[in-house]
Formats: sequence, C-alpha cells, structure tokens
Amino acid sequence: MATVSLQSKTFDKFPDVVGRQDDTNYLNHDHSITSWLFTLDHKRIGLLYLVTITLMFLLGGALAGAIRLELLTPKGDFLTADTYNKAFTAHGIIMLFFFLIPSIPAVLGNFLVPLMIGAKDVAFPRLNLLSFYLYFAGSVIALTALLLGGVDTGWTFYTPFSSTYSNSYVIVMAVGLFVVGFSSILTGLNFIITVHRMRCPGLTWFRLPLFIWSIYATSVVQLLGTPVIAVTLGLLGVERTLGVGIFDPRLGGDPILFQHLFWFYSHPAVYIMILPSLGVTSEVIATFSRKNVFGYHIIAFSSIAIAVFGFIVWAHHMFTTGISPYAAMVFSLLTFSVAIPSGIKVFSWLATMYGGSISFDTPMIYAFGFLGLFTIGGLTGLFLSTLGTDIHLHDTYFIVAHFHYIMVGGAIMGYMAGIHYWWPKITGKMYSEFWGKLSAGITFIGFNFTFFPQFILGYLGMPRRYYEYPDEFQVLNVFSTAGASILAIGYSMPLFYMTYSFFFGEKANSNPYGGSTLEWTNTTSPPSPHNFEQTPVVTEEPYHYHGKEAAVVSH
Amino acid sequence: MFEEFKWLPDQASTVAPEVDMLMLFIVVVTVVITALVGALTLGFAIAFRRKSESYIPAPWFGCIPLEIGWTLIPVGICLVMFSWGVKVYSNIVIPPADAMELYAVGRQWMWKIQHPEGQREINALHVPIGRPVKVTLTSEDVIHCFSIPAFRVKQDVVPGRYSSLWFQATKAGTYQLFCSEYCGTEHSRMIGKVIVMEEADYQKWLSEGAESGQALQGRKLYTKLQCVTCHTGNAEAKAPNLEGIYRKHIPISHIDGVKIKDGTKVFADDSYIRESILYPNAKVAAGWESIMPTYQGLVTEEELLQVIAYIKSLNQGQTPPRTEETPTPATIQNKVPNKEVN
Amino acid sequence: MSATNETVQDHGQHHHKDLAHHFDTLEQQHDANTLGMWAFLLTEVLFFGGLFAAYTIYRYKYSAMFEEASNHLDITLGATNTVILILSSLTMALAVRCSQTGNSLWTGRWLLITIAFGLMFLGVKYVEWKHDYHIHLMPGKDWSGKDYWHWQYAKKAKDMETEAHKKGSAEHALPDRKDVLADNDPSLGVRGIQESQQARLFFLLYFCMTSLHALHMLVGFVLIGIIAYFAYQGAYSPEYYSPVENIGLYWHFVDIVWIFLFPLLYLLGAHMGH
Repeated sequence: MATVSLQSKTFDKFPDVVGRQDDTNYLNHDHSITSWLFTLDHKRIGLLYLVTITLMFLLGGALAGAIRLELLTPKGDFLTADTYNKAFTAHGIIMLFFFLIPSIPAVLGNFLVPLMIGAKDVAFPRLNLLSFYLYFAGSVIALTALLLGGVDTGWTFYTPFSSTYSNSYVIVMAVGLFVVGFSSILTGLNFIITVHRMRCPGLTWFRLPLFIWSIYATSVVQLLGTPVIAVTLGLLGVERTLGVGIFDPRLGGDPILFQHLFWFYSHPAVYIMILPSLGVTSEVIATFSRKNVFGYHIIAFSSIAIAVFGFIVWAHHMFTTGISPYAAMVFSLLTFSVAIPSGIKVFSWLATMYGGSISFDTPMIYAFGFLGLFTIGGLTGLFLSTLGTDIHLHDTYFIVAHFHYIMVGGAIMGYMAGIHYWWPKITGKMYSEFWGKLSAGITFIGFNFTFFPQFILGYLGMPRRYYEYPDEFQVLNVFSTAGASILAIGYSMPLFYMTYSFFFGEKANSNPYGGSTLEWTNTTSPPSPHNFEQTPVVTEEPYHYHGKEAAVVSH
Repeated sequence: MFEEFKWLPDQASTVAPEVDMLMLFIVVVTVVITALVGALTLGFAIAFRRKSESYIPAPWFGCIPLEIGWTLIPVGICLVMFSWGVKVYSNIVIPPADAMELYAVGRQWMWKIQHPEGQREINALHVPIGRPVKVTLTSEDVIHCFSIPAFRVKQDVVPGRYSSLWFQATKAGTYQLFCSEYCGTEHSRMIGKVIVMEEADYQKWLSEGAESGQALQGRKLYTKLQCVTCHTGNAEAKAPNLEGIYRKHIPISHIDGVKIKDGTKVFADDSYIRESILYPNAKVAAGWESIMPTYQGLVTEEELLQVIAYIKSLNQGQTPPRTEETPTPATIQNKVPNKEVN
Repeated sequence: MSATNETVQDHGQHHHKDLAHHFDTLEQQHDANTLGMWAFLLTEVLFFGGLFAAYTIYRYKYSAMFEEASNHLDITLGATNTVILILSSLTMALAVRCSQTGNSLWTGRWLLITIAFGLMFLGVKYVEWKHDYHIHLMPGKDWSGKDYWHWQYAKKAKDMETEAHKKGSAEHALPDRKDVLADNDPSLGVRGIQESQQARLFFLLYFCMTSLHALHMLVGFVLIGIIAYFAYQGAYSPEYYSPVENIGLYWHFVDIVWIFLFPLLYLLGAHMGH
C-alpha cells in the first residue's frame, strides 16, 4: 500500500480544540448495546442510520446489477420478465425511499445540525429515535414484501395496474412505505423546530451555514409532501382490498387522479433528495477554497425557492397522459422556473472558487464531480420541461439517464462528498486520501460510462422498463453495463477503506481541513457527548477565514 | 449487433425534423453551458490551487451585474425553449381537420389497429406517405402508451376514455411501434411495426384481404343491436335522429338524471357518442326522454369504434330501415320506407 | 462564522426539574414544543387534504348521486356529534386554562371530561355505522367474497323508514333481501349500476374520512389520558404546562376537521326547510 501521505496539513488559523482529559467522546463513553439502541444522542442516531442505509444501498445496487446484466443482450435470457419487473420496482423503491431520501438528512443532518448551530441536541431527541425505528420498521416491512415475492408495478404504482391487475404484494409494500414516510415527516419536523428554536446566541438566520439552509428547505418539503403520498398509498390499499373504484375506470374511478396525487408528493420528493447535496457542496467548496460562499443570501433563498417551486410542477410527469394542452403549457413554464435557482447556485460556486486557495482533498474531488454531473443532469431537465421534446423523450431511457445524473451523479456524489468531509469529525480518524481520490475518480468514470449512453438510447426511442429490446439498441446497452461494473467498483471501495480507517486510521485533530463552521472550530473530533463544553456565541457571518482568533475551548 | 446500430433515430414524419431542430438547440445550450462550467471548474482549480497554507484569499460577497447576468440570460434561454417547445407541441398534438382516421386499442399485451376501410391489424400499422393520419386510442385494461419514435409522437392509452395522436409519414420504410407505459409482464413484447408505403402500394395493400369497411361493420351492428328500433330517423322515432350529428353541438336537458340549464349544449365527438352508448343517461338530448338502455357489456371496444364510425358516416336520410338487409351505405337512396313498429 | 472568546457559562446553573437537558431555558422548551405541535398539525392538514382532494373531484364529477347518497346519512346524529365535539373542545380549553393557573385537580378532571365527550362522539358514530352496516351501505366484501354493498336495498330500507315515520311508529322492519333487486339487475339498466358505483364511492370516502378522524380521536384519548394522569400527579405548573397546551392544540384540530367533514358529508343536498 502506498505510504505517500496526501493529507492536508492542519490549517493553523484554527487551533485544535482540546477535549476532555479522559478523552471521552460520544463514541466511547458507553459501549453497551442498549446505549446504542436506545440512544437519544443525535450523533449516535446518525450513525445508526448510516449503517442501515448503507445496507439498503448495497441491496439496491445489487438489483441494479441484475438489471444491467439482463440488458447486456436484446433477448430476455438472464431473468424472467416477471423477475425483471420486480427487480426494477425493488431497485426504485429501495434506492428512493430507503436510501436517497434519508441519506443526507438522516445521517449527516442528524449528526451535524445541532453541532452547526451550537445546540446540545435536536429539539425532540426521543422523536428522533422514533424516526429511526420507524425507518427500520418500514425497511423490514418492505423487505418482507420482497421476500414474499416482490412487487411488479414499478415504483410509480400506476393504476389500474397496481389497484386491480397486479398479483404482487402491493399492500405489504405500501404499508412499508407508509411507515417509512412517517420517519421522514418526523425527521423534517424535528429539524425545522431545531433550526427555529435551538440556535446558539448570536446565530441569526443569515449567519447559518448554507448546509443548514438546505436541510431546512428539505425538511419543509418532507413535512408537507410526505403526508400526501401516505394517504394516496392508503387509498390504493383500500381500492385493492375493497375493490371500490376510486382509480378503476370500470367502477367509475379515474386512473389519472392517482397520478396527480402520486406526483404531488413524488416530484417534491426529488428535491428532498437533491437539496441536501446542494448544501453539502456549498460547505465543501467554501472550506476547500478557503473562501466565503459567493452570494450567500441568494443561495439561501434559492434553496427555499426550489422547495416552493417544487410543489407546483408535478404534472410535468404527465404531459402524455391526456391532460389539457393548456395545463401542459402552464406546468412546462413553471418547471423552467426551478431551473433558474439551480443554475444560480452552480455559477455562485464557481465564483466562490475564483480567487480562492483550492486544495484537492477527496471531498473536493467529489464536489468537482458533483458540479459537472449535476450541471448535465439539470440541463437535460430542460429537454423534458420543453413540451415539444418531452413528448418524444417521455418514458424512454432519456428520462432514466436524466434522473440518474441528478440522483447518482448529483445527490450521491454530494453524499459521498459529505461523508468524506465530515468523516474526521464523526469518527475522529482520517481515511486514506489515495484510496479516497481513486474511488472518486473510478466512480466518476464508471458513472458517465453507465448513464451517458442512455441519453442516446432514449433519443433513439428505447422505452423504459423493457427487459427485451430490439437489436439496434444493444451496442449502447453494452457500454452502459460495462460502465455499471466500473461504477460498482467505485462504490464498493469506500466500504473498505472507510471501515479500515474507522478502526486503524490516523487520529484526526479537531479541524484537519480548516473549516470555519462551529462543528469544526468548537468541538473535538469526535465530539463529546453533549457537543460543546460551553455554548458558543456567534458574532459574525459564516465562512469567515480572516484574522481569526478562534476560541480555544478547554475544559 | 453493430450492423443495426445507429446514433440518431429515423426522421419519418413531418413533425420529426421540427422536434429534432428543437432538440439540437437544447443540445447546443447544454453542451455550451456544460463546457463552460467544466472549463471554469478545471481552470479555476488549476489557477487558484493552494500554494501556501497561510494564504487567506480575500472574500467576495457578490457582484450585482454578474448575478443579474447569470440569472437573466438563463431566464431568456428558458423562455425561448418554452415558446419554441409550445410551438412544436401544438404541431404534435393538433391534427389537421382532414386527417384519415384510424383506431387502435391497446390491451395486455398487443395493439389492435383498425382502418376505416375495414383492414384490421395486430401489432402492425400500415400507413401511406403524405397523408395525415389520426389514431384514436383506448385501452381495454391498464394504461399503455402508443409510441412511434421515428415519428416523434407518443400518447398514453388510458382505459375508460379516448385519446388520440396524429402524424403524417414522409419516408417509406418500417419503423418501431412501442408500448411506452409499463403495463405488466410482457410490456417489452408489446411492440409492433409501422409500415409506411407509397400511396399506390397502400391502396393495393388495403384491397387485399380487407374485411368490409369499418362503417359497414358498424351499420351491421346498428341493426343487430337494435339501435335502429328507436333511432329510426322518422317522425315516430322514440330517440333522436343521428344523421349528421357528428361534431355538431347538441342541446341537452339532463346530466346524470339532473335537469340542467336550458340551452346547454354538448359537442358530439367520438367520446360523446361512446359515452351515450355506454352511459345513456350521462347527457340526454333535449326534448327526449331518457329511456335508452345501456350497451355496457354488450359491445367490445372494437365494436364500439365500428358503430361510431358508422354514425359518423351517417348523412341526411341515410338511417337504414328497421328490418331489411341493405347494401353499403353509399348506395342507400334517400327515402326510408315507413315501416310499422313491431 | 465561529465563536470568539465569548462563551456562555452554562454549567453550574440551576436546572428546573422540568427543563430537558438539551434546552437552555423553560421558555425555549415551551416555544419548541408548541412550534413542533403546530408543524405536526400542518402535516395532518395535508394528510386529510389528500382525502379532501379526492372527495372534491368526485363530488363535482358525480354531484347528483353524491347528494342522494348524502341524504342517507342522519343529519340529526351528525349535528349532535358536532355539538358534542365542540363541547369537548370547550372542556379541553378549560383544562388548558387550569393547567396555566396551576389547578392540577381540575386540569385532570376537565381532561377526563373531554375524553368522556369524545367517547360519546364515538358512541354516536357506532350507532350510525351499525345502521349503515345493517342496510348494506358499507363498501367492501363479505366473508364469502361477494360485494356487501347493496344500494337498492339501502334505498328500500330508507323508504320503509320514511313510511314508518309518517305513520308515527319508531320501529320498522328491514326489507327482505330477496325482495330487492340486485344493483346490477338488467331491468335497472346502466343507470342502476352507475348509481350504485357513485353512491358507493361517496360512502367509501365517508367511511375513510370519518375512520381516519375516529382514529385520530382514539390516539387523542390515549394521549389525553396520559397527560391527565400526570396532571393529577401535579406534574404541570404555570411554568410548565406545554404538554396540556399542545394536546389541546391537537384536540382542537380534531374538532376542526370534523367541522369540515360534517357539512361536506352530511349537508350535501340538504336545504333549509327540507
């Protein structure tokens, strides 16, 4: 193994925070199982989530592998049609509801929100633990649905197929999603109250780190949107059991009503998935450019704008369903409105880098990847908000490529950036920069190889959710599967070097990267159980790297 | 695998080049902005790489002209895309008035297509070059999606209602027809071929093995199902005269059994005719009692399309007499014998 | 942003017994709890909102049948329930007031009276639902898998009830199921099937919305009971009464949902002097 140390040197403007004499921190102060399973400490709850969502990610990834293997050849030869349909349904449900939606908020948000605002914990610690167990219960129920035989409706559950025709375990899965939805609602509620009421003295709204703004915006969406999917799934369950005709046209119902109710949540849901990554990117770019974030206020407002606009564009998923052309035009115009705040963020981050002092640690490499891939993903959304092109591209692989660019190239890269950035704070250890950068690079290459060909496939007309396809689509599918194997390697590597670092990594000091936010300047790595020895008092705007005498906190 | 490979889809309809131009514009915008962001990221990363641990860059809080610029320029580009998109979209969804009408029924897992002249096809669609074609679509079970990538058209096929798409083919050849809305186990096998032919070849194909015309089939049903018992078209009729009603505004008096404002009219399109056959009480014509029985469960979707095609073709004086075998609609003379009701 | 040399000394401070460790002051705790309950009620608005949306769409699509179906609900019982629930909100408000003034005994008592009113409400609902069950106005399937819903039967039962009313007798028999046409009997035509489907949709929405409401009441009983117990133990004082206040917010929300449900479900098609 290479012994070249590529780690950043300590930024000496922020002296090491000295911890307690006996070196106790939130990880080692109590080793018992019950202290972990019944913890009220937001930091430990964040770690509980980290373990469970990683397991779900691996399962979702394995399903993706099965899908890509099948798509190597035009004929259906690896899986049966039914198994394939269940595989892509499970892949979508697991990745969206059990990985992406919780990922940054439940892991990084739980860990960091109180630390970044100078609080001892979130507003409702017991509710926080309940959120985790709801997530866990929801996962168990969803996995039960899979083990019983799976669901073959697609993660979108369109009626009347899901309400009347499908012979799979729709209701069990719907219950699992209902339960995990409440986990999401309660986490969002907790963060909102925490940010409103638990900020330390001097921490006004416009002194908050941009990560907090993005978590706040995400929480608002979680709070308001998730109940609607809960009740929609409830109605679907009622229709399936009682056969009543809410969505079945043979019984007087309207199948398009389901789509409106479904997408009213599921579109804002994608903003739940991307907003936190946007916040992480602000933090990472600021720290590793050693410079304030350009246009702080605008970036904060743009997060809120994305959350709000996200609620009024849902029917852009339904342009071909037969909605009135006038409605289609309205939703098309509104959809463009979401692009603008996202573009503003990207340009502001570039301006942040301009004139900065940029270092190429692993988190920054992931942030670079995020910049490129989120830009492409977001721009390809323009093809879809434009009515004239959406008709041709709807329900093709173009859509698949578009959302994977945003959710994998964007959200997951942001998540990886955040995990790598805050790993020293969470674990008190440094991981290997060499392996970190290598896996970031492999992931970036593998990702593009997997999903770029799919834009072309979609334009050529290859529909989604096909396990057999005409021969002319094979070349691009082979490229895509080849890329997926590289991507799989890139995603597996952190499991090894991060776990290794947890046990054997070099000890980190309190601020190895020179961050300016409270979690770096006022807590040890890892933090003590109650976070701060003394409540911080904030006196200036964030991302201030000038003429500092940071508080030397000692016990 | 390589022989069949192509980068770009065929352009085989009038609207395809328009869609492709718009795609090209958005591709250019995407490439330019991506290249810009990529170049700046790389450029800044190199130009401003960390050279000294103690160097603190000066903060830069904002620059109004720059921020206005990078807000308004994207807004402008988006507005261009939006309006261009609406223009192309209206060309995609608004059919010309003289379009030839075809009917397609989607069901798990096949497409059943009917030509007005009577030709029926399964998973295949023959069309002539140069004539606008409108396909009226419905589903027998779940939601499907009728999609012809080479024509750049697509429309969801929803049970319980009619939808439509139109196209005008411009290039002879064979193209893919896909179902583009997941519909169950054999969704990926619900594909077909669109065969575009020269007009002469198309006529030849039509005359080979064509069953009797759509409207003639509908006429047979009109008598078999006893529509003609009440809709006789004469003074003793118990039901409104259906001659020439297609695409007219019909005054109605009751909706679902509830009396409504006088003078309310309904537009008698395909959907209205279908609704009246299946749900006669939905919109009752003014001046008539609602005594029509329903045909739910007594007609298939295809038969419905045939009856509707017949009613659409029904001109003044053409309602058939009640109890005789008559030849094709074109040869019916004006007079309808005054037969007694049995 | 970061802290300067200023920090707040918060060790060695006297901790109020009701102050949770992660809060700095009782006021902060109170604010956080109240804001949390408001945020939760906002999610409840959206939760019920989905059902209200479905109801609104079908009410306009099938307005005639929704009115007719609504006439099968007993307005008197519905209005009685409305009054009961409003009274329960009154007693709840009184409970909150008592907790604010430190009257532990009456805090507990008013809370228990609130539960009593709530139980009365559910009792009336039970009577209503039992009646609906007996006249086959429940969508769903019976044990043999057949449709339990029977709209023609319900109509006949209502006619017989009206007859009996006119004659002045309170009791009336239920019709014999054999004497009533099936909903899809051909002689009724499509009108019969349509009426049955649309009325069933109304009743499905009625049962879904009132069940969800009743479920919220049951949860409310448990929470009020727990808080009443603590109130009797003297856990609440003028400095710390936010659990009572917050359960009050929750209960008032439950009341307001009913205020919307009652006119939408019971009063469709009811006219003054009807």
